Amino acid sequence: MGRYVVRRVIQAIPVILGATFLIYALVFLLPGDPIQALAGERRADPTVVAMLHNRYHLDDPFFLQYWHYLVGLFQGDFGEDYRGNAVVDVMTRAFPYTINLALTALVIEMVVGVVAGVIAALRRGRFIDNLVLISTLMVISIPTFVIGFVLQLLLGVKLHTDYGIDFFPVSFNEDAGFRAYLLPAYVLASTSLAYIARLTRTSLIEVMRADYVRTAVAKGLSPLRVVVRHGLRNALIPIVTFLGMDLGSLMGGAVITEGIFNIPGIGHQLFQSVYLRERTIVVGVVSALVLVYLFTNLVVDLLYAVLDPRIRYE
Amino acid sequence: MTDTTKPSGARDGGPRLDAVELLGARRENLVPGTPLLEVDDLHVEFATRDGIAKAVNGVSYSVSAGETLAVLGESGSGKSVTAQAIMGILDMPPGRITAGKILFRGQDLLRMSSKARRAVRGRKIAMIFQDALSSLNPVLSVGFQLGEMFRAHHGTSRKEAKDKAIELMERVRIPAARQRVNDFPHQFSGGMRQRIMIAMALSMEPDLIIADEPTTALDVTVQAQVMDLLAELQAEFHMGLILITHDLGVVADVADKIAVMYAGRIVETSPVHELYARPAHPYTKGLLNSIPRLDQKGQNLYAIQGLPPSLLKIPTGCAFNPRCDRTQDRCLVELPPLVPVLDAEGADLPGRHSACHFWKETLHG
Ligand SMILES: Nc1ncnc2c1ncn2[C@@H]1O[C@H](COP(=O)(O)OP(=O)(O)O)[C@@H](O)[C@H]1O
Ligand SMILES: [Mg+2]
Repeated sequence: MGRYVVRRVIQAIPVILGATFLIYALVFLLPGDPIQALAGERRADPTVVAMLHNRYHLDDPFFLQYWHYLVGLFQGDFGEDYRGNAVVDVMTRAFPYTINLALTALVIEMVVGVVAGVIAALRRGRFIDNLVLISTLMVISIPTFVIGFVLQLLLGVKLHTDYGIDFFPVSFNEDAGFRAYLLPAYVLASTSLAYIARLTRTSLIEVMRADYVRTAVAKGLSPLRVVVRHGLRNALIPIVTFLGMDLGSLMGGAVITEGIFNIPGIGHQLFQSVYLRERTIVVGVVSALVLVYLFTNLVVDLLYAVLDPRIRYE
Repeated sequence: MTDTTKPSGARDGGPRLDAVELLGARRENLVPGTPLLEVDDLHVEFATRDGIAKAVNGVSYSVSAGETLAVLGESGSGKSVTAQAIMGILDMPPGRITAGKILFRGQDLLRMSSKARRAVRGRKIAMIFQDALSSLNPVLSVGFQLGEMFRAHHGTSRKEAKDKAIELMERVRIPAARQRVNDFPHQFSGGMRQRIMIAMALSMEPDLIIADEPTTALDVTVQAQVMDLLAELQAEFHMGLILITHDLGVVADVADKIAVMYAGRIVETSPVHELYARPAHPYTKGLLNSIPRLDQKGQNLYAIQGLPPSLLKIPTGCAFNPRCDRTQDRCLVELPPLVPVLDAEGADLPGRHSACHFWKETLHG
């Protein structure tokens, strides 16, 4: 298994290189001058522009610029943005918000999604099952930003103005602590939550038909033990995979949610940086996200072997 | 002092045992020869897309302690469904028990609370399934799955349960049990897996074991070993055994009596050796003729013509009539009841019944 991990890590290197190259090239191809973008609507002073171009090698050919960037990267230097801030600082400031948000979302979708799915599966064809099926279908078909704005209006604004309840901050507020993440995390989790509920339902229904569940019943085990030990234990295998893959998507997908709720995380940062042509920040953030993807993927694959002893990695 | 010759229920004069008493009932408390389990006129049907499939249509059989009943019949004849009804593991829906009784130590399992039923399941009546690979949970170690019986039924600690699991594995002669207790089902051979199923069924020292085609999925050489083990343990624990099979060859050495099923009905019952010598139903005769025999090497193997009927549309009269070489008009309209058969002199043949209008001709002709 150790060798398997080493192989996977080695395989990750070209993926990360490819990702940085792609993002670097895409930002390079964006029309508009990054130094001019810094000045906004005003016309920037041509001498300053020329000076900054020189400082950031902006007039060099693309490949040379990329080469400079790579060399820096291998020395652990993510470079700096056009305002002179180290990219590492920008990222370490923004990432904790997004990590908090994504992890809260992950917990919400796991708990609510799995519970809803289990209840639906065990009450198949009844009212509660249909309720889960229809509501999840709605959540899946409504865009996240609509859900975001609606919940912000209902739970953030209305609850405050109509009932005087201030539980969910309308806009992100550091002082509110963990509470500030609840509503955004729920919005961020909503689509995945719906998928997990449906996936759990299907998976559990399938597993409950298996021969070994029949054996468990024939052993005289309690219904709870049959469902949890023999049903869920097997039904959760595909769900763990989904959750692992989803952590990366949640962090990348936070752009919209962070925008709606004003959370200063990497989604926010990414959006601004693309707008400002801040190549180094965009590449840094995206590469970090790629790393998260690769890492969670590896963890999921390893977890898979723990959950299903039939799988072995050599 | 406990009266060892009466059923424990007789102590308070009540005909019924409650669940607690039932669990407390000792094997010695049984009247010798009183059936442990009696299935009485059981009817089971399934709601399918194409209509109602009548899988079991009035099955009655009984097993006593220490006795082996072989239930024989082509696949689809309702053997497993009957067993599942006894265990209480029928898929309901689509399945439905429409009539009948299943008396275990005189008490109707079908009328018990689900809690009382669960106390019987696995503990007093245990089941061995055909395909041990799919019947064992793939993600739990065999030690866990064996130990779970003790933990669930006796509240044994995790550690002690593991020791019990090892003991059980040794009992069914799995080599290196202590080293293998944490292995998973897929790491064992088919024969070893079936031994684990047997160990699991045996764990609570049940009164009755139902083995549903326990050797069908195994290699021929392994089949005999597993069958011998099962027979040996049954004798040792003086259990009742219902052995379901479609293979007449398997049962000859181990069974005491045989019930032959066709289209959800018992068509013949008999002590095992008499059945082989003189079948009293044309279907049984066909089955016997289709066993390959060494002394008939080279000859064409006999096979019963035609196919078993669709359970959605069982023929009127005798269900076997489209395939039978004795069919008369009567067979097309009149359902033959399962009646005792007599020998040529008119004397009773104990344990022998046939559901053929022409059992006399079949038996003596
Ligand atoms: N879960 C089920 N749903 C629908 N029909 C079933 C189900 N289980 C069994 N049956 C029906 O009952 C018939 C008898 O099945 P079974 O008792 O398994 O036969 P066998 O004698 O081979 O064990 C089958 O042919 C099938 O039509
Ligand atoms: Mg069967």
